[in-house]
Amino acid sequence: MDLSSINPILLVASIMVSATPILLAAIGEMVVEKSGVLNLGVEGMMITGAVIGFIVAINTGAPLLGFATAAIAGAVLSLAFGVLTQVFLSNQVATGLGLTLVGLGLSSLLGKPYEGQKTVTLPKLDIPILSDLPVVGRMLFSHDIMVYLSLCIVVAVWAFLKYTRAGLILRAVGESHESAHALGYKVIRVRLLAIMFGGACAGLGGAYLSLVRVPQWTEGMTAGAGWIALAIVVFASWRAGRVLVGAYLFGGITVLQLNLQAAGLTWGVQYLSMSPYLITILVLVFISSNRSGSSHDAPANLGQTFHATR
Amino acid sequence: MIRLEKRPQPSKAWTVATPILAVILTMIFGGIMFGLIGTSPVEAIRTIFWDPLFHPQFAGFSRPQLLVKAGPLILIAIGLSIGFRAGIWNIGAEGQYIMGAICGAGAGLALYPMESALILPLMIVAGALGGWAWAMIPALLKVRFGTNEILVSLMLVYVAENILASVSSGLLRNPEGMGFPGSRNLSQWSSSQNLELIPNTGMHLGVLTAFIAVILAYVLLTRHIQGYNIRLTGEAPRAAKFSGVSPARTILFCLGLAGALAGMAGLFEVTGPAGQVSIDFGSGYGFTAIIVAFLGRLHPVGILLAGLLMALTYIGGELAQLMLGVPGASIQLFQGMLLFFLLGVDVLTNYRVRWGTSEVAR
Repeated sequence: MDLSSINPILLVASIMVSATPILLAAIGEMVVEKSGVLNLGVEGMMITGAVIGFIVAINTGAPLLGFATAAIAGAVLSLAFGVLTQVFLSNQVATGLGLTLVGLGLSSLLGKPYEGQKTVTLPKLDIPILSDLPVVGRMLFSHDIMVYLSLCIVVAVWAFLKYTRAGLILRAVGESHESAHALGYKVIRVRLLAIMFGGACAGLGGAYLSLVRVPQWTEGMTAGAGWIALAIVVFASWRAGRVLVGAYLFGGITVLQLNLQAAGLTWGVQYLSMSPYLITILVLVFISSNRSGSSHDAPANLGQTFHATR
Repeated sequence: MIRLEKRPQPSKAWTVATPILAVILTMIFGGIMFGLIGTSPVEAIRTIFWDPLFHPQFAGFSRPQLLVKAGPLILIAIGLSIGFRAGIWNIGAEGQYIMGAICGAGAGLALYPMESALILPLMIVAGALGGWAWAMIPALLKVRFGTNEILVSLMLVYVAENILASVSSGLLRNPEGMGFPGSRNLSQWSSSQNLELIPNTGMHLGVLTAFIAVILAYVLLTRHIQGYNIRLTGEAPRAAKFSGVSPARTILFCLGLAGALAGMAGLFEVTGPAGQVSIDFGSGYGFTAIIVAFLGRLHPVGILLAGLLMALTYIGGELAQLMLGVPGASIQLFQGMLLFFLLGVDVLTNYRVRWGTSEVAR
């Protein structure tokens, strides 16, 4: 094993790339959960975004258009979840699982003809001056636009929830839908919008996988990234800043594992590839045992069905 | 203006009618989907739902497959449904299924090439224990630390898949297999083979176990205090706690039972239809069983019927792939749609649809 072949500058840069899909999915899901809805279909929305983004990009030659369509596809798919859980009052856990199954099936059906093809990927966007800085420039300021967009979304979500009236309403709906309803806020409408935002973010995250990170379409390519995004939301105890930390931490684990493999670590490839999942479990155990109440910061109405009786 | 009014009790009639309605809706929308990808809808639906059972040429082969596919689905779904009733969301049955197969096969292969009638029973016990132990991880973490069992059990599926890849090219690899990954063929070793009990029916020991599990689950849920406690925990957690039902014990029981049944399903599969531990052994039964459990309304008899129906879509899907060139993934989408429609029409079970303005509007 030759550890010196791992370049720390490239390592940090690739962590940012590998964290971006789960960061996008996780920040979207956090907004959904803040509104009191538990959408377990992140994996399904991500992979649908991945395949739609790939198909559009390969046919038009415009990756950005691919990203936009992927976001729309994710939002439309999540709307199916939203209508079922909010209008038809179905169980959120079961519906979310169903969404994952539908997404996986739909994506492999649509993506079949595109397997193994190459697409145009996003160009690197060198930020003037900053990207010329030694070390840090290559690390942080020489990425494609989606990396920066994902960071902007995190900041925007943080500011939205903390400083705007709409963000306050969203949080109120998640904490107590009965009170929010009594105050005249449209609980269902707020939740549907939040669900669609989550879907769009997951779609973007998926498209980042198929258009930048890999960049190829393979069946089932998200490989649990959507579930890791869900775990990150819990890990972050529903705070935007910590979602960022969590996503980069998990991106880091994945990259480190790949780098160790590439550096010629022969023993137990499988044990390394299971490490992100094991570490997720350890982190979940750590954060849930670290609190006096079982889930202090979770929105109080998370996962509960709202039906206006009055 | 349409509005929904909660029923005091779930409607008995709709409980039975909604799965049928969901199947019909899935057929209609599935037909449209097949039409869009350029296959005749009528022909596609007929190939999936009718030909596996009654096609003069293929039915002889595909009819036994119905029980072979339904067996593990029913066995896993029965275990899951009992947990779901208590509000315990074990969605990692796929991992428990894989670990059951690995542990059971490992216990058997340790004794190879001994011949004894006791080996298969030993393997079944080892398989059940393997699945049980794998399910105990989320159970104990939930009891001890309050960790979310959905995420932990699901993460363990990916861990189990990696262990499967590791043992099938390492620990359990066939020493006479010329270096190819995959274990010895367990269905060709007379001590471990799980053959059809009645020829040409597909009825092997696992299917029999699934049927027994259906009966026992029915007795448990309707006649036994533990079943009552489980239902109480699911429907009124606080009331259950006050009446002395220990949440921790319920969690350990439900997850342990689901894990043991999934582990047994994996063992029956690896000694019978699959034959060996190999990298592609995980076939998604653990995830499809979740649909089966819901389609069967978390009721043992319903699960029996839903398992048979889902097995039919599997076989029909393969047949449609073969005869009509429909992509294999479309059947997965079809199954997902079925679950979606079921959840959607389920509103009729718990709510009445009323026309007219609600009081709020006045």
